Amino acid sequence: MPVCNIVQAINLALKEEMARDESVVLLGEDIGLDGGVFRVTDGLLEAYGPERVVDMPLAESGIVGTAIGMALYGLRPVAEIQFMGFMYSAFDQIVSHAARLRNRSRGRFSCPLVIRTPYGAGIKAPELHEESAEAYFCHTPGLKVVVPSGPRNAKGLLVSAMRDPDPVIFLEPTRLYRLIKEEVPEGEYSIPLGQARLARQGESVTVVAWGSMLERALAALSDYDADIIDLQTLSPFDEETLLASARKTGRVVIVEEAPKTGGFGAELAATVAEEAMLHLRAPILRVSGYDVPVPFAKLVDDFLPDADRIRRAVDESMRY
Amino acid sequence: MSERTISTFDVKRLEILNTRGQIDEGAMPKLDDEALVRLYELMALSRSFDLRAVALQREGRLGTYAPILGQEASQVGSAFALAKGDWVFPSFRESGVYATLDYPLDLLYRYWAGDERGLVSPGDINMAPACVAVATQIPQAVGAAMAMRYRKESAAAVTYFGDGATSKGDFHEGLNIAGAFKLPVVFICQNNQWAISMSRDRQSAAATIAQKALAYGFPGIQVDGNDIFAVYAATLEALERARSGGGPTLIECHSYRMGHHTTSDDAGRYRDAAQLEAWKARDPIDRLGLFLTERKLLTKELREEIALRCDARIDEAVRRAEAADSPGPQELFASTYAQPTPRQERQLRSHTNAGL
Repeated sequence: MPVCNIVQAINLALKEEMARDESVVLLGEDIGLDGGVFRVTDGLLEAYGPERVVDMPLAESGIVGTAIGMALYGLRPVAEIQFMGFMYSAFDQIVSHAARLRNRSRGRFSCPLVIRTPYGAGIKAPELHEESAEAYFCHTPGLKVVVPSGPRNAKGLLVSAMRDPDPVIFLEPTRLYRLIKEEVPEGEYSIPLGQARLARQGESVTVVAWGSMLERALAALSDYDADIIDLQTLSPFDEETLLASARKTGRVVIVEEAPKTGGFGAELAATVAEEAMLHLRAPILRVSGYDVPVPFAKLVDDFLPDADRIRRAVDESMRY
Repeated sequence: MSERTISTFDVKRLEILNTRGQIDEGAMPKLDDEALVRLYELMALSRSFDLRAVALQREGRLGTYAPILGQEASQVGSAFALAKGDWVFPSFRESGVYATLDYPLDLLYRYWAGDERGLVSPGDINMAPACVAVATQIPQAVGAAMAMRYRKESAAAVTYFGDGATSKGDFHEGLNIAGAFKLPVVFICQNNQWAISMSRDRQSAAATIAQKALAYGFPGIQVDGNDIFAVYAATLEALERARSGGGPTLIECHSYRMGHHTTSDDAGRYRDAAQLEAWKARDPIDRLGLFLTERKLLTKELREEIALRCDARIDEAVRRAEAADSPGPQELFASTYAQPTPRQERQLRSHTNAGL
């Protein structure tokens, strides 16, 4: 098995799926000649040509709208939005159309597209290059939201996303793109959507994280007896795994990098409260970004949950 | 049934100063000797700022930076035409506009070093903050123009954007609204021919960007964007038309991005080095230098004096930027709302207490 970083693992998933299924086409800004600004699509133009790896004009709404039309027609487009902050200009197409095409046509049409985008802070890039806006999309019925945390699940989840009959927002943790390397299976390998993964097993406390924060949680809690759940799919999320762990440990700490108010962690906390309240021994706690726009480079480390904030929350939970 | 032509259009291009430093006297805007030398110095200053920014980024002293190399005439020439009450809605690649408006350059370095306080423009500079979301500033300039008319003020709003921005809906929506209401806006497209790796000819099938204005019912003109006199003259005329109720104008400054898209980019992956060489011969500063030398307005001594003065200003700006205190955590919460929310106050308290 080759050892890959996340960039290489996603490249591998795209390359193999394009070979397997001629209906898969890629479109986005700078994905062809330049191989993508993070090089995720490097070499794919050479391998599959400009009809399947389409360098698009600078127009995110146009890119997503085009992808929706392709999907309606029967292709399986994978659109790249260069940074999650640029998804905002495609919001209308995503929310008003991609998410609703099946519903609006009562199942006659579907929208099997994937929108890949790097998300998350900590790369010291300009404004709108470090957003973590997953909650907007989780709040939109009809969309699936998937967030890998390492090379192996980046490949397995992306393959499933590309084969899924419904639109998938696929969020790639930018800070981890080249940070984590691990063995990634070549050939047929997929991870079902909607399933969480127990990244580490423990007894005393349940810690839930996804994407970039999983790495933080694992590092912060290396000497804690914690169940650490890698959510992998946010929508629809794996209630069963979360609730089983919560019932076992009686303590739940959620780690997310997005601003706290209205973040996806609130949905998880509410679900635990609704379904497992009587098993809890401590209040459900959230470690999150603050309720501010993602700050520029000089303050981003103050914004992002770090090991200290994660440990303090877990310690507090343990005190009950 | 027969077809007949019901409308025809043509697109004009303005050139005044050629690469040999010669001018078309008939088209030359009024500029006294002092202004001519000032234009040269502003372009030199913009270039010094720009080259230093790239160097500082390479040394890890600045974050990602978007260079303007090659676009100095487009930026300085247009901003030089502005009057006191006018407003500017920039994109993120406008160092020359900032330098021309006398924006404190230490603040601009601080912005690129990742300090939000670098975006606080001094009260006498009417400029919206740098806009990273491509083209989104365009309708906002239109709104400011509508407000100027509402207040019965004789001013204009100017917005800067690149060729890539003309592919986005905000560009078309902004132009359409400005045309429909005949608003005092000047749209300045710096066509530097590249949107990261997407070349201008692949960006749009239209032969020029200027012609896009015609579809919205107002004038569009292409100018040689490396010819500071053409840029200045076209902007001045557009501003005067705007302020006197004549409506909007689109100016396409036809130039070239000599540097990478940003310091994170490697243009060698997607463009031909020969093209770059060809554009070097059209350098906007050299061209004005030749003209001024011919007119005996620029001697070797003055050229050196200007270079030294620019370097000294840049040295000082860097020194001040790097001497500034780092922002503290209270800056995180300082400006989200006019008043922080109770939850934000708790978040700040908890953050600060933990740091003790």
